[in-house]
Amino acid sequence: MTSAAPSLFNGPAELPAPRSATAEVLQETLALTRRLFLQLARRPSTLVAGVLQPLIWLVLFGALFANAPEGLLPDGMSYGRFLGAGVIVFTAFSAALNAGLPVMFDREFGFLNRLLVAPLRSRSSIVLASVLYITALSLVQSLAIMATAWALGYGWPGGAGLLLVLVTLLLLVFAVTGLSLGLAFALPGHIELIAVIFVANLPLLFASTALAPISFMPAWLGWLAALNPLTFAIEPIRAAYAGQFSLSAVVLEAPYGQLSAAACLGVLAVLALGLFLLIRPLLDRKLA
Amino acid sequence: MAEPVIELTAVSKRYGKGDKAVDALQGLDLAVPAGSLFGLLGPNGAGKTTTLRILATLLAPSSGQVRVAGLDALQDPRGVRQRLGYVAQEVALDKILSGRELLQLQGDLYHLPRADRDARIAELIVLLGMGDWIDRRSGTYSGGMRRRLDLASGLLHRPRVLVLDEPTVGLDIESRAAIWQVLQQLRDQGTTVLLSSHYLEEVDALADQLAIIEGGRVIAAGPPSELKAALGGDRVTLRVREFSDEPEALRVQQLLQACPGVRQVVVNRAQGYSLNLVVEHDGVVEQLRRQLAEAQLPVFALAQSRPSLDDVYLQATGRTLMDAELAVAGSRDAKAERKQSMR
Repeated sequence: MTSAAPSLFNGPAELPAPRSATAEVLQETLALTRRLFLQLARRPSTLVAGVLQPLIWLVLFGALFANAPEGLLPDGMSYGRFLGAGVIVFTAFSAALNAGLPVMFDREFGFLNRLLVAPLRSRSSIVLASVLYITALSLVQSLAIMATAWALGYGWPGGAGLLLVLVTLLLLVFAVTGLSLGLAFALPGHIELIAVIFVANLPLLFASTALAPISFMPAWLGWLAALNPLTFAIEPIRAAYAGQFSLSAVVLEAPYGQLSAAACLGVLAVLALGLFLLIRPLLDRKLA
Repeated sequence: MAEPVIELTAVSKRYGKGDKAVDALQGLDLAVPAGSLFGLLGPNGAGKTTTLRILATLLAPSSGQVRVAGLDALQDPRGVRQRLGYVAQEVALDKILSGRELLQLQGDLYHLPRADRDARIAELIVLLGMGDWIDRRSGTYSGGMRRRLDLASGLLHRPRVLVLDEPTVGLDIESRAAIWQVLQQLRDQGTTVLLSSHYLEEVDALADQLAIIEGGRVIAAGPPSELKAALGGDRVTLRVREFSDEPEALRVQQLLQACPGVRQVVVNRAQGYSLNLVVEHDGVVEQLRRQLAEAQLPVFALAQSRPSLDDVYLQATGRTLMDAELAVAGSRDAKAERKQSMR
């Protein structure tokens, strides 16, 4: 540093030539997303654990109920095949529920202030980068589970079915990521955020059709499961795995009526949109 | 005086509500001339960091006007961000990224074209001597390295105004001197530099303009030399013995106060009852020596100096900066401060 070259000009410069808003939003969003992926590449334990955990679920839960009586599940489906859809959805859900954690750490350590001092074209870039990152991460995890389920002989949704699985997962991931990012700005610190994630996670799993069909549940739990967003993601995916894929086919026999795959996707889309509209004022205030 | 590039007018900032409200700034007026190296001096808790956060558009003032580089910071915060570099006090780094990756991220957030960004990073690596470690993970950096990296990220977009919050606090002498050198060089090349500090000697050596801030107000402002000259008189520290007792010190005080040309005599208990005097001119000191000799009092030590910034501070606030620091040291609330900085 003492050898600072005095010839270097470090005085003020003109602003860089302004480009289109889209180009600038793209530049800042990609830079923020790259940061999250660099973190992942150097600390891959999140990804490893995120893939390993659902695989263990799949193998152990599948084995636990392998001898379930015939006729427990509709259409004589094997338990492993039934469980696959539940584990895929739960994996994507868990990943998305954690989306707020890095943002919370940035708030706590002051890194967010560094971002807010910069002339971002849109501060939504910060949120957008998290959504991109979590979506990619949860899709990779889900595909790993699907490949394993296939290897275990639980089948593979072909063609249009695969597309339905991906669209369903995207809608669920958007909704839950929105919720988690909202919590990351609403709660005072990461301890509180982790507590909420911890409390929300397993009850939402048990009160869904991930592990057992509604017909198998007491009435009150059936109602809960039929209102649980996870169920609206699980049932279309289960139908896609069963091969009888049609958007208008009934996939959920809820206590309040029958729902088609299209209706389930509609509910998820409304939920995602609603959550983003709900957290928007909060984000605007915190990022203003 | 050059056109002000930073102008704060009647700026107030209140944290919290009701009984717990804290008034960090209470009608602060500040004008920083373009091309100056400006020092913001004051004890902890005076409102320095709040002022700088308002300039960096991290905080909105409760009332008052803020102009930076000709733009209204409340109307056009993005325009201000494009023209201002901000080096915060607590350096927040993503430990797992290298310094270069952090600078690349920063460059993209300022929308530098990629080639310009990378060329600028290469320049700053040379300027700040970061070549040996810039590709290592920033979690391994020492305090001095982190401060240099932070300075680099504040300079990446060649801002017209650079704002630094206590840039040398806790640094070794060598790193401090190196940072001073860069700041002076920036000023010489046309960047306006505003730094806060509670080191008097730092502001005295570095700044060509300064403002003393206390209780959320500016209580004195101007070039250090003018502020010192305006005080007039010389400062004299006198000890009749190495360690006097209090009655003797008070007796000497009375004796000296009667001398013509002596403006003020203070007994300094913290320094073993030495006496601090302000005298009109050099001749008075000879007079004092004679008076002491007549009263059969020895002189263990007698030091005379021109007014320092500490004297400017004492004159403006009625206490020394060190006393002001001690007074607030016990009253800082870590939780409240975290809340103020967290979004």
